[in-house]
Amino acid sequence: MQAKRVTFGGTALPLALLAPQLAVTVVFFVWPAVQAVITSFQREDAFGLKTEFVGLENFRDLWADPLYLESFGTTMIFSAAVAVSALVVGLLLAVLVDRVSRGAEIYSALLIWPYAVAPALAAILWAFLLNPSIGPLTRLLRVLGIAWNYNVDGTQALILIVFASAWKQVSYNFLFFLAGLQSIPRSLLEAASIDAAGPWRQFRTIVFPLLAPTTFFLIVVNVVYAFFDTFGVVHATTGGGPGQSTTLLVYKVWKDGFIGLNLGSSSAQSVVLLVIVIALTAVQFRFLERRINY
Amino acid sequence: MVGGRLGSRLLVHAILIVGIAVMLTPIWLAFVVSTRPGSDFMTGDFPLWPGPDFVKNYRTALIDGQPGAGLQPVGHMLWNSLVMALVIAAGKIAISFISAFAIAWFRFPFRVAAFWIIFITLMLPVEVRILPTFAVTASLGLLNSYAGLTIPIIASATATFLFRQVFMTIPDELTEAARIDGAGPLRFLVDMVVPLSRTNVAALFIILFIYGWNQYLWPLLVTTEPGYETVVMGIQRLAQSASEGSPYWHLVMTTAILAMLPPIAIVLSMRKLFVRGLVETEK
Repeated sequence: MQAKRVTFGGTALPLALLAPQLAVTVVFFVWPAVQAVITSFQREDAFGLKTEFVGLENFRDLWADPLYLESFGTTMIFSAAVAVSALVVGLLLAVLVDRVSRGAEIYSALLIWPYAVAPALAAILWAFLLNPSIGPLTRLLRVLGIAWNYNVDGTQALILIVFASAWKQVSYNFLFFLAGLQSIPRSLLEAASIDAAGPWRQFRTIVFPLLAPTTFFLIVVNVVYAFFDTFGVVHATTGGGPGQSTTLLVYKVWKDGFIGLNLGSSSAQSVVLLVIVIALTAVQFRFLERRINY
Repeated sequence: MVGGRLGSRLLVHAILIVGIAVMLTPIWLAFVVSTRPGSDFMTGDFPLWPGPDFVKNYRTALIDGQPGAGLQPVGHMLWNSLVMALVIAAGKIAISFISAFAIAWFRFPFRVAAFWIIFITLMLPVEVRILPTFAVTASLGLLNSYAGLTIPIIASATATFLFRQVFMTIPDELTEAARIDGAGPLRFLVDMVVPLSRTNVAALFIILFIYGWNQYLWPLLVTTEPGYETVVMGIQRLAQSASEGSPYWHLVMTTAILAMLPPIAIVLSMRKLFVRGLVETEK
């Protein structure tokens, strides 16, 4: 990590300039994370009077807990569904907007609205549309002969939170795909046209490969979003239920720690999530470095 | 992809219009509901156009509340959200700007260590350290305060890296010229670096304002009294009571529209800057 060639002298000033950032980071980021790691190796007795070191026992308990494993599975299905649907719809809309010569500005302006809506608000909007008794979409489904009640049907509850979470992410993906598409040289596509390649063939052989870096970057971002930014979606609507069907990992870590007051288990869950973020960030940065080298 | 016949062009427009209609349906219907009395969509056909109660509902939500149903006016929640979003955006920019300045223009001991400590924050979202962060915040007496809502999430690796990248593009000749003119580092910061980074600051401000406004988990942890609730997390209790059967969906949706209006307005009015900020922060 290089500095400028021409620099200023002195040590006190730069340290003072860094102090606010470092103080907040150490007090509210690093120290709590260290605490989480320490607590994950400890267990409190029933009265909270003393704590003892129990090694990996909290992790072993998690591994043996069917509810935790179920929550892991739910989170995987949820993340895959959110990422895939948001990417496919975002790409489709971006390709179409890229094709039109008139109105592209208006279309993009309208398509970025959902990005500004908080995940929890998005969830409340969708929960209203799909409200079991009065939701307009529920009525539509009833006409189609589908009984919709996400309060009792776990799969439907999962579909609800996938819709709410993916909806907002479509806007994000759309913007990045559109930027990617607009950076593809027109001459390439014109050459393909002259060679009589149809739109689908152009897309498959030229556009999609050139979008690969954008797509890969977006996959990571979408998975991170689905894993860590969707607490509000669950908390504002399904509360993890019915049963355990929408208990995502971030919701469970909050519920077990904050409501259940099971510190050891919640901390162990935090550490598992920590490992997942570190892995995802590492992937993202490796990829970014490679992109910069090209 | 280039050209295309009239028929296929019309088809593309048709698909786009349908797609956009679907994307905007949740917002449109929320707006419709927010302009009608609560009884309008309990039975019969669902209305698709706004009704007569626009002023009444927004007045109730903002100022009067619905005391019988335990619905407080949300004016103060909007205010809390605004304070929180502005302080987070301005604070993140300020502390990241000076950090990046220190890292770019000075060589001092622990420089690389400082860089890595800031980098680590990327890997520690609140969600993975909920309890201990809450404990630290509580022990510092920051619960139920604007300081508690903002300071613990004000560090930003992304903003620091972004500014560092911007600074690396500022030519060394400028620094040399400033030094020859006898300007010290702080003078150089204020007179040169700040003006040169103005567009980046503005673009980043939009992204961070939306980030701050849309916070959910952190205000939920830090506010144990209603006085400091933000609108994005406070609306959840309204929605809960409405989905348990109380006839106040129209007020929930009125609040929802109020809660999404500021970020949407900012994105739309500064779209070019917003897109630029988004692409830059993710690089």
